[in-house]
Amino acid sequence: MGRFAKLTGILALTTALAGPALAATELSMWYHGAGGDSAERDTFARIIKEFNESQSDWEVKLQAFPQIAYNDAITAAAVAGKLPDIIDVDGPIMPNWAWSKYMQPLPIPEEKFAKFLPGTLGHWDGKLYSVGLWDAAVAMYARKSVLEENGIRIPTLDKPWTLEEFDAALVKLKDSGKFDYPLDLAMNDKGEWYPYAFSPFLQSFGGDIVDRSTYKTAEGALNGEAAVKFGKWWQSLFERKLAPGTSQDTADHDTGFLEGKYALQWNGNWAALKPLDKFGDDMLFLPAPDFGHGPKIGAASWQLGISASSEHADGAAKFIEFATQDKYLAAFSNAIGLIPATAEAAQMTENYKDGGKLAVFYDLSAKQALVRPVTPGYVFAAKEFRKALSDIADGADVQDTLDAAADAITADIEKNSGYGH
Amino acid sequence: MAGWLMAGPSLAILAIFLILPFFLAFGLSFTNQRLISPNPTEYVGMRNFESLLGVGTLTLEPLRGENGDLILEDGAPTYPRLRGYTRNNPDYPHLNGMREWISWTWGENRVYVLASDVVFMRALVNTFMFVLIVAPLQGALALGLALLVNQKLKGINAFRAIFFMPVVVSMVVVALLWRFIYDGQNGLLNTLLAFLTFGGFKPVDWLGNTSTAFGAMIAMSIWQAVGFHMVIWLSGLQTIPEHLYEAARIEGASRWQTFVHVTWPGLRNTAVLVLIVITMQAFALFTQVDVMTNGGPIDSTQSLVYQAVQRGYGQQDIAGGSAISVLLFLIVLSISLIQRYLTRERT
Repeated sequence: MGRFAKLTGILALTTALAGPALAATELSMWYHGAGGDSAERDTFARIIKEFNESQSDWEVKLQAFPQIAYNDAITAAAVAGKLPDIIDVDGPIMPNWAWSKYMQPLPIPEEKFAKFLPGTLGHWDGKLYSVGLWDAAVAMYARKSVLEENGIRIPTLDKPWTLEEFDAALVKLKDSGKFDYPLDLAMNDKGEWYPYAFSPFLQSFGGDIVDRSTYKTAEGALNGEAAVKFGKWWQSLFERKLAPGTSQDTADHDTGFLEGKYALQWNGNWAALKPLDKFGDDMLFLPAPDFGHGPKIGAASWQLGISASSEHADGAAKFIEFATQDKYLAAFSNAIGLIPATAEAAQMTENYKDGGKLAVFYDLSAKQALVRPVTPGYVFAAKEFRKALSDIADGADVQDTLDAAADAITADIEKNSGYGH
Repeated sequence: MAGWLMAGPSLAILAIFLILPFFLAFGLSFTNQRLISPNPTEYVGMRNFESLLGVGTLTLEPLRGENGDLILEDGAPTYPRLRGYTRNNPDYPHLNGMREWISWTWGENRVYVLASDVVFMRALVNTFMFVLIVAPLQGALALGLALLVNQKLKGINAFRAIFFMPVVVSMVVVALLWRFIYDGQNGLLNTLLAFLTFGGFKPVDWLGNTSTAFGAMIAMSIWQAVGFHMVIWLSGLQTIPEHLYEAARIEGASRWQTFVHVTWPGLRNTAVLVLIVITMQAFALFTQVDVMTNGGPIDSTQSLVYQAVQRGYGQQDIAGGSAISVLLFLIVLSISLIQRYLTRERT
């Protein structure tokens, strides 16, 4: 046997071995967490690896985007007809993407997700479009010792702080002189955080981003009496230097509460593990204050769905079914402290099993959660809301700013012929 | 034929990425095209431009009590709220939906200039301000630096490299770094000023303040690109023949006279180039706004390109974004024509 024959033999053999791997159809997947929490990215990578190894038909390839650019990237890709097969989508944005036909309904029977928390399932027009591996909740981070030192009542789910109580607590904390600011609202995070974290305040005051009874106008909801009352209080937070304003530095937000620069922090459960490690039993996750119409927090987080242009919806559905197994729901929860989507998964986790350290977030979700307006117009409305809140925080006239935002949102709904409502 | 073939690739790229989008934008600005929407696109005529450019004026008399005396608040007369006139008031249909853009007191009355799109108007004014401030300042500063590094000294290349360095770094990175410098609490600038004044300086939230944010952005922008224009000036300086300077020296010309009569005339073509390039770059103001302020606080750092992108992508209103692009094109075109006319070769 000559050298040449040997070489061809090796070549033939390696080609035969590589054959099955090559036959797998590639499924592209986009995800919003580039530069974010590496534990979350690693968990996704692990699920994808195990999925790819578990069968030979499909191979999922993950591409990560920075969160701040992710939605724009999806929109641009949709215009260019280059959407990946699997996308992750933020709950309140989903109706827009479904209405715009970026997404197709999941080809998975809904009974599969019967045990999932309601906030993890994304519906539009009566069909299931997306499913989340977790839900999220927001709480007021606080330290027991700090509150006790300043004689501030520790609120409970049944008896949350009232507006007056909360405001007085902030003033007291400021007067103690021990903190740069009494409250950190994460004003540096100028993305979906504003409507997610702050529109529940407005709703608790009695206003809303749009009029949910018709979804045809924002007039009265966003610029009515309740909304103006909220806006005035919101502006006073920054005027009285009770919270850092829109120019807050990201690093200050990330470390401020841990370093004791801020006494309270309005933050999500995904960031709960670090302060819990640091402060242990001293750490408290407090319910949202009741500003008059019941305490409220946002619901629905990132979910998985299939793009409308995907030619491999069956493969994508297989991956989504694979990823929504309890063990992976638990894995995400353990990695970043998110609320697992099913009760079974919760029992498999460190923090959400009965008596777990974060089990309180469950109760918060159950008692206080309110989804953001379920309408394709939310995308536009959310940006107007964010701009209005930034401008008011920066000192703009409250009524005029809210009027302008309400007008813009109503005009946008009209321009889009009512967004299919 | 060979010439066309050689130019072909570049022409194709220009056609696909510049000329075609331009005509698309022009066409789309007369429609209600959304970025993606299941609704059909409709021709809407000039409506996009009308809603961008609509302005109106309103003069309000001060509020008076029952007996005709002015109602004062903090010693100043008070006026009825504007929203009573601009929101669903059947007597003022032409002002419906407009907002206050500028206002001033005229005798007892208060005069308001209203605009249907105040954000766009602020962006328009800001962009012009940016060009008017950056073009002369950056050009002059770059010339100054070029004169400094045009000397035959040891290690002069190190200085040239240092001045040129910010140009090489991406604007996104520069803008991020300057955000730290401008930080309101413990930013470098505040720390430095406090140190220089022995702690007498009160920290300023440079980017969080309506009065300082745009100025801060202008200063940073000038710093970032000054090195680029320095190099262009430098190349201009080195084309001036040495014997002219020798002659000037022999004639006993002072340094200033040498600059005015030898250097500056020799730089004429370079000056035209630098001015045009800076003007074009300044009109394209976007990255700094996007990274540093998002147009805030209260629209004090809005720019036309930022608004075009915001509307086109962020708010999914391609038609609105296109309309801004078309207006920007017309502005830049007229300014280019004026510059060309003013700097033409006189025979």
